[in-house]
Amino acid sequence: MRYLLRRLGHALLLLAGVSVLTFLFTALAPGTYFDEMRMNPQIAPETIAALRAQYGLDKPLPLRYASWLSSLVHGEMGFSFAYNSPVAPLLLVRAGNTLLLTITSTLLAWAIALPLGTWSAERMGRLPDRLLSWGTAMLLVIPDLALALGLLVLAVRSGWFPTGGMASVGFETLSPFNKLRDVALHMILPVTALVLSTLPLLFRHVRAAIADILDAPFLLAALGHGIPKRTLLYRYALPAAANPLISLFGFSIGMLLSGSLLIEVVMSWPGLGPLLLEAILARDLYVVIGGILFSTFFLVGGNLFADLLLYWADPRIRTESNAQ
Amino acid sequence: MKMQRALTRWLLALGALHGTVVCAGFFAPYDPAVQDRMYPYLPPMRVHLVDTQGHLHARPFVYQPKLRVGSFDQYEEDITDPRPVKFLPSGDYYRLLGFLSCRRHLFGAKNARIYLLGTDAYGRDQLSRLLFGGQVSLVAGLLGAGITLLIGMCIGAVAGYFGGWRDGLLMRLSELFMALPWLYLLFAIRAFLPLAVSPLKAFFLIIAVIGTVGWARPARLVRGVVLSAKERDFVRAARGFGATNGYLLRRHILPETSSVLLTQAAILIPQYVLAEMTLSFLGLGVPEPVPSWGNLLSSLQQYSVLISHWWMYLPAVAIVPFFLGYLGLASSLHERGAAYKIESRILGNLT
Repeated sequence: MRYLLRRLGHALLLLAGVSVLTFLFTALAPGTYFDEMRMNPQIAPETIAALRAQYGLDKPLPLRYASWLSSLVHGEMGFSFAYNSPVAPLLLVRAGNTLLLTITSTLLAWAIALPLGTWSAERMGRLPDRLLSWGTAMLLVIPDLALALGLLVLAVRSGWFPTGGMASVGFETLSPFNKLRDVALHMILPVTALVLSTLPLLFRHVRAAIADILDAPFLLAALGHGIPKRTLLYRYALPAAANPLISLFGFSIGMLLSGSLLIEVVMSWPGLGPLLLEAILARDLYVVIGGILFSTFFLVGGNLFADLLLYWADPRIRTESNAQ
Repeated sequence: MKMQRALTRWLLALGALHGTVVCAGFFAPYDPAVQDRMYPYLPPMRVHLVDTQGHLHARPFVYQPKLRVGSFDQYEEDITDPRPVKFLPSGDYYRLLGFLSCRRHLFGAKNARIYLLGTDAYGRDQLSRLLFGGQVSLVAGLLGAGITLLIGMCIGAVAGYFGGWRDGLLMRLSELFMALPWLYLLFAIRAFLPLAVSPLKAFFLIIAVIGTVGWARPARLVRGVVLSAKERDFVRAARGFGATNGYLLRRHILPETSSVLLTQAAILIPQYVLAEMTLSFLGLGVPEPVPSWGNLLSSLQQYSVLISHWWMYLPAVAIVPFFLGYLGLASSLHERGAAYKIESRILGNLT
C-alpha cells in the first residue's frame, strides 16, 4: 500500500510541477488575448487596461498563480477569454472525447499487439515473423501525419466511412442505439490512425520481451513436461514477460495522447487537440494551461494505472514494499 | 562486419537523399515560389515516350495541358501539342549550397512548364516545393537535434559527474519534462511565443522550441554512461595523477558518450523533422510562401482538396524514404552500440 501511496504522491507533485512550469512559460509570452483589441481604434486604451485588470493580467506572476490555484479549487481552472466562461467545464467535454478516442485505441492496440507479438516471437526468424517485422518497420517510418491524411484521402475517395467530426447531422434525433452506432462509425478513422501509429512500437516490444523469456530454464522445463506450446506461450511466457510491458503501457498512453492531438485536428474530432490549437492562436491563456494540465493528468493517471497493474501482477514489488 | 556494412549502406542512402535536398535548386525544375496562374491544381503530368500514332520517341515528352471544354478546373492533355523534355536547360536562378548562383536545372521542358507532381492552388510546382521544403524541414531537424544533444550532454554530464543535489534536481526536472506528452509540451512552448513573425524568425524560433523540448531523455542516457565511466580504472588513475574535472570530462568521460549520442541523433532527427512538419502543418511553424514539408500538406485540411486534388498528398509519400533511412541508421547504430558492454545496458530501454 505504501508503494501506491508513494506513487500517488509522486504523481501529484508532478502535476504541481507541470502547472508551475506552464505558468512560467506564460511569463515569457509576448502579448495577451487583449492585445488584438489595441489595433481597434474604437476601443479605448483604458478599456483594455480595465479588462486586463479585471482578469488579473496586470498582477505579478506568483499572485496570478495563487488566484489560479484558488479557482482550481472551485473547479474553474481560470477563465476563458474567447468563450467567456470558466475553463474547466469547457475542457471536460473535450477531454471526455479525447479520452474516448485514446482509451479505445490503447485497448485495441494492445489487444492486437499482445497476441501478434507473442505469435511472432515464437516463430522468430521464420517467414511470418520476418514479414511482420518488415510490415511494422514500414508502419513505423510512415509519419503519423501522413498516415492520418492518407486514411482521410482514402475515406473521402471511397466514401466508406464518415470523415470529420464526431456525429452526423441530425444526431439529436437518433435513437440511443443509432447514436452509439453513429459515434462508433465516426471513431473508425481516428482510432485506426492511432492504432496504426502505436502498433509497431508495441508489437516490437512485446516480441522482444517474449523472445527474451523464451530461453528461460523454467520454460524449457515446462516444455519438457509436455505442456502444450500454446499454454506455454500465453499462460507462462506472457505473464513472466509482463513486467516491462506494463511499464510500456503507461508510456503508450502518453504517446497516444500526443498522437491524438494531431489526429483530432486532422480529422476534426472535437477533443482537446482542436480546442488547444484554437486557444493558442487566440492567446486564450488559461485554456492552454488547462489543456496541457489535462493531458498531463491523463498521462500521470495512465502511469499510475500501470503502477497499480504492476503492483497487482508482480509479487516482487508487493513483498518489497511491504518489507519496507 | 555485416553490421558495419549495413551501417555504411544506410549512411550512403541517407547521404544520397540529403544530397538531393541540399542541391534542391538543381533537381527542382523551378523556383518554389513562382506561380503559374494558368494552371492551378494541375494534376501530375505524364511523361510519354510513345505518341498517339504509336511512334516511339527517343526523347521523352509531355503534352501541354488544356482546360477540358466546358470546365474551369478539369484539365486534359492536348495531344496535338507535345513538348519535349529537355535535360540540363537553364531556367530560374537559384543559389547552390546557399552561395553559388546558378540557373542550370536537371530537367525542364522546351517552351513549356513541366509539373511532375502537379501544382498547388497558386500553380506552384509541387516537386520544386517538395525539394526546397526538404531543406527547411531537414535543417530544422538537424539543428534541433544538435541543440537537444548539446543540452542533454551538458546536463547529463553535470548530473552524472558531480552527483549530489545537482543530480537530484536535474533528474527531477527531467522527469517533469518527460511527464508531459511531448507534442503538448511543444505546443505549450510554442503557444507562448510570438505568432506572426517573418519566415526566417519563425524558422529559428521553432528550431529553438523543438530543440529545447526533448533534452530529458538524452540527458538521462548520458548521465548513465557518465556514472559508469567515471568509476573506470583509467579515469580514477587520471584523477590520481591530478587531472582536473574539466580535463577528465573532456578527455576521458564525454568521449564514452559518443555512441549513445549518435544513436540518439539518429532517433531524434526524424522525430524533430516530424515536429517541424506538425507545427507547420497546423500553422504554428514556418509560414507561406516558404515551403516546408509541413505547410506543403496543410492544404489537405480543406475538404475540397481532399476530395478532388489527390496529388497534394504525394509529398507525404515522398518523404517516407527519409524516415526509413533514419530508422535503419538508428537500428544499425544501436546494434553496433550493443556490441560494447557498458552501453548495452543503457541502450536496452530505448524506445
